[in-house]
Amino acid sequence: MAEPAAEQVIAGIPAAEGLVIGRIAREGGTHPGGHQAGHQVGRRAGSSAEERAALLAAVAQAKAELDALIAGEDELAAEILEFQQALLEDDDLLAPIFDAVQAGASAQGAWDQALDREIAEYRGGEDEYLSARAADLADLKGRVLRALAGEGDDGKAALAEGAILVAEDLTPSRFLELDWQRLGGGAIRGGSKTSHVAILARARGIPLIVGLEVELDRLAPDAPAVLDAEAGRLILAPSDGTLAQVQSRIQARAEGDAAAAEALAEDAVTAEGERVQVLINVDDPAILDGLSPAHCDGIGLTRTEFLFAGEEPPDEAAQLAVYRRILAWAGGKPVTIRTLDAGGDKPIPGVSREAEPNPFLGQRGLRLSLAHPEVFRVQLRALARAAAEGPLKVMLPMVTLPAELAQARRLLDEVLAELAAEGVAHGRPALGIMIEVPAAALTAGDFAADFYSIGSNDLVQYVMAAARDNPALAGLALADHPAVIELIQRSVAAARARGVEIGLCGDLASDPATVPLLLDCGLRSLSVAPAQLGRVKLALRGYRGKAAGP
Amino acid sequence: MNDAAKDLTEALGEAVIQDPTGLHARPAVKLTKLAKAHQAAVEVRVGAEADWVNAKSPNAVMKLKAGHGATLRFRASGSDAAAAVAALVALVERDFDG
Repeated sequence: MAEPAAEQVIAGIPAAEGLVIGRIAREGGTHPGGHQAGHQVGRRAGSSAEERAALLAAVAQAKAELDALIAGEDELAAEILEFQQALLEDDDLLAPIFDAVQAGASAQGAWDQALDREIAEYRGGEDEYLSARAADLADLKGRVLRALAGEGDDGKAALAEGAILVAEDLTPSRFLELDWQRLGGGAIRGGSKTSHVAILARARGIPLIVGLEVELDRLAPDAPAVLDAEAGRLILAPSDGTLAQVQSRIQARAEGDAAAAEALAEDAVTAEGERVQVLINVDDPAILDGLSPAHCDGIGLTRTEFLFAGEEPPDEAAQLAVYRRILAWAGGKPVTIRTLDAGGDKPIPGVSREAEPNPFLGQRGLRLSLAHPEVFRVQLRALARAAAEGPLKVMLPMVTLPAELAQARRLLDEVLAELAAEGVAHGRPALGIMIEVPAAALTAGDFAADFYSIGSNDLVQYVMAAARDNPALAGLALADHPAVIELIQRSVAAARARGVEIGLCGDLASDPATVPLLLDCGLRSLSVAPAQLGRVKLALRGYRGKAAGP
Repeated sequence: MNDAAKDLTEALGEAVIQDPTGLHARPAVKLTKLAKAHQAAVEVRVGAEADWVNAKSPNAVMKLKAGHGATLRFRASGSDAAAAVAALVALVERDFDG
């Protein structure tokens, strides 16, 4: 059959990895959380006593439905639904609604208005987490409205096998009602990586894209499509070439998944039995809840940019609490925390300079921290205090000259002296540098660093002079280019000569295909994306020493 | 304070939130369930100046937007006020575990 339409790629944000070839299924407008109007005409309002009885019955029905849902779900899902259940038992929330009904409002109107007010309040603030919980309230709102309208629980909706569900948004309970044994995956316009739906999808391995950049009306039901939740793309009318490519990626993924899951709990060793350190990269400590420290050798990179997402830089106590929590999770395994790496593609309000003409070559990373010692010192104090409680290492990003490291070390020394004078418990963390700037890679031996960590993403873009956020240059941003490999080898040699540790914490380490190359360079410490732990361990198992030949 | 309230035991306590994501939905539900398990009226606030809210209301507790490192302050009045505050402080201090 000919496909008249040309292939079309719609961008989104990958929230839960995976690949699906299927057909578009539109989530109907009659489900909770959708902007449905149908419930407004569900029933005719009666006397205030009748309305009160109707609302009581609807709340009871919603509770019973949630009970049944919770009973059938795993712990994570149950905990998410428990919040909604708790809201149904919240007298402070319910009493004003019943008061409004008493005063003559319809059950539907009173419930609708009160919940809308709460949803607006949850969404209104700056707080990203609270905004995301607005979806839980919308979910609950829809459930009670359905009960008021005399509709039962939708149960598992019948949708075509392997369909790609597209929707404005998905509520957690709707997500749980859907039959993911049949559905292949989902793409929604709303949502965020931190939404409950994203957490659920990741935990269950259901491919999901959020923030889909398309009007849903443009997606024809049953249109063939590819959901690429690895790259964050929905591909409409995929070409035969695209389909073949995705097919082989799916195949490889399925084989890899099974083996990787098995390798996850095993030791990280090469085929010859050599132990390799495998650590994890942490973007946001929230992910640690779902991870076992037993599966890794510690944390090789903790980004701290998330701490600075608010309007004001976080104070010492707030930072200390986070660093302590991370050390507690690691339970004695080493934890490397990177000082603020703002600037470049990661502007921080009030700290990084706005509108630099060339931000990637601008005042970013350590350069910015040294320019803002008042912000930097707070972070160093919090890190030094946390170092009293476990093996903490402090890593400096974007270092170019040995003098910058020396300046940072002086600041650290001053902070340690202050803490000692104040009688505050602290430790001296190891102070290391990232190798990202070619100048630092070429002269790594000149830095009095306690350890090195190669940041391959920036190193590649600086060596190849190809911005990593420019798709037009993808053909130039070659992570395995001999020039990059040469710099990695030189850095490893410099670290060996100085007798200090070196590892790699960029995307190169998370890609099973490039792991052998890194081992060939002499690296024996890799810090990887948590989701890639099993696959990297698997790649290590297949490594039989440096290949002979070219 | 009126005469009736004078007869009631009052208790105060505070604890710092350890969780890096702050007082999110699950801990908020745990906190309110524990508060509800006590007869005493229990209130909570973040910091020393904010308004007190009902610690038995998950909606109110959620809207505290209490982040990591924030200090939760509790006050209770009623027959088991001291036990209520002690239990809530212990819950926060063990990072809502169990």
